[in-house]
Amino acid sequence: MFNPDKQIDCTGLFCPMPIVKTREAIKQMVAGQILEMLSDDPASDPDIKSWAQITGHELVDVSKQGAVYRFLVRKTR
Amino acid sequence: MNAGAPPPDRIYLDYASFAPVDPRVLAVMRPFLEAGIGNPSSPHSLGAEARASLDAARVKVARLCAGTASGVIFTSGATEANNLAIKGAALAAREPGTARIVVSSVEHISVVNVCRDLERSGAVLVFLPVDGEGRVDLDALRAALAGDTALVSIGAASAEIGTLQPLAEVGRLTRAAGVPLHVDAVGAIGRVPLAVESLGIDLLTLSSNDVYGPPGAGALWVRPDVKLRPQILGGGQEGGYRSGTENLPALVGLGVAAEIMRTEGLHGEAARLAALRDRLRDGLLAAIADCRLTGARAARLPHHLSLALRGVKADGILLDLDLAGFAASSGSACASLTETPSATLRAIGCSPEEMEGSLCFTLGRWSTAADVEAVLERLPSIVTRLRSLAAAVRR
Repeated sequence: MFNPDKQIDCTGLFCPMPIVKTREAIKQMVAGQILEMLSDDPASDPDIKSWAQITGHELVDVSKQGAVYRFLVRKTR
Repeated sequence: MNAGAPPPDRIYLDYASFAPVDPRVLAVMRPFLEAGIGNPSSPHSLGAEARASLDAARVKVARLCAGTASGVIFTSGATEANNLAIKGAALAAREPGTARIVVSSVEHISVVNVCRDLERSGAVLVFLPVDGEGRVDLDALRAALAGDTALVSIGAASAEIGTLQPLAEVGRLTRAAGVPLHVDAVGAIGRVPLAVESLGIDLLTLSSNDVYGPPGAGALWVRPDVKLRPQILGGGQEGGYRSGTENLPALVGLGVAAEIMRTEGLHGEAARLAALRDRLRDGLLAAIADCRLTGARAARLPHHLSLALRGVKADGILLDLDLAGFAASSGSACASLTETPSATLRAIGCSPEEMEGSLCFTLGRWSTAADVEAVLERLPSIVTRLRSLAAAVRR
């Protein structure tokens, strides 16, 4: 459905690192591109939603396989 | 007491993130760095001297939290103490794989992330809700204790919003349920009455730098009958709970810092700081529109003020304050790294706008009335200027 332009694996890391790495990755992308971020920190789900709301980037999909979340974020600006 | 204070050209209002080390503490530490009195396990007379000094530091730290000296485990800081308390207790529980851990929703990240790690391997986490001032819901705690709980961990005070938790009530509930209670006492120890025995605390975390001691040291006080699984293995120092040659200079410093903190506490330092803080609070609330106190008004850390401002971002204020010679913070380092509102502010129901305009001022041993007046003189105009800039951008 969505083909990510870039992927980062944050499994094993804890807050704030998944968001810090997401932020760094998004900075290097261009508007419209999609980032896939994987994380198994249970706090990532509320954190990334909150981050997307504040920064205005679009959280296009969240799925979970086992303990690992997969977030798809579209850079908006 | 001016030596050791922050440089005079800067007004320092960020004691919670780093406290200047007291010069009296530094003076006591110096010989331990220079004279070979280093390893308490060494079989020579210098080793014996090191052992005696370490034991003396242990007694002083125990006195600060009113517990037995044998319960003090020295660590590299509060983060390590929190790791040891929570992982140690959860992994020593009857069913370590599925241990139930109960924490408040306004804990420090070094408590939350340890719990999250245990959750990854099967532990069950219960986050207790807090009220609008950040005080933990005691009914929710009572209900949470109904299950087979390995540990309750509730910080004495929130570093971000300063609110004190009702520890006496919390301790009564955990003791009645027979569940160990861990209290992260950073910020509170030495500033508010905190005695492990009378409050029913089983594990207590403290930080050296928080009490004007050197950074890189801390302690976990543990009640003798509480079972803990050590987290750092090796030569069996610190009763086997924390291996590794002790950081003697820092721990001797922590001991002296704890003793000074305790005696200063008996001489009204908390009241002095609370009076300065109240003046700062009242002055800022009167001079700045759309600004409110976050956290509790009365039941809060005496040196702590946190505010939420609307229509202006904390980053901008802190930058302008820095340029004007003031050091303050937004209350959460994590939040500024990620641009994400802090979990604590979310838990107390701040609006997204308020979360971006969150400021935190922490006073300390070298804070003066002149410092407070200087902030009152400068901050309102900084806020006015930034708000009008923001309004111009919106137009």
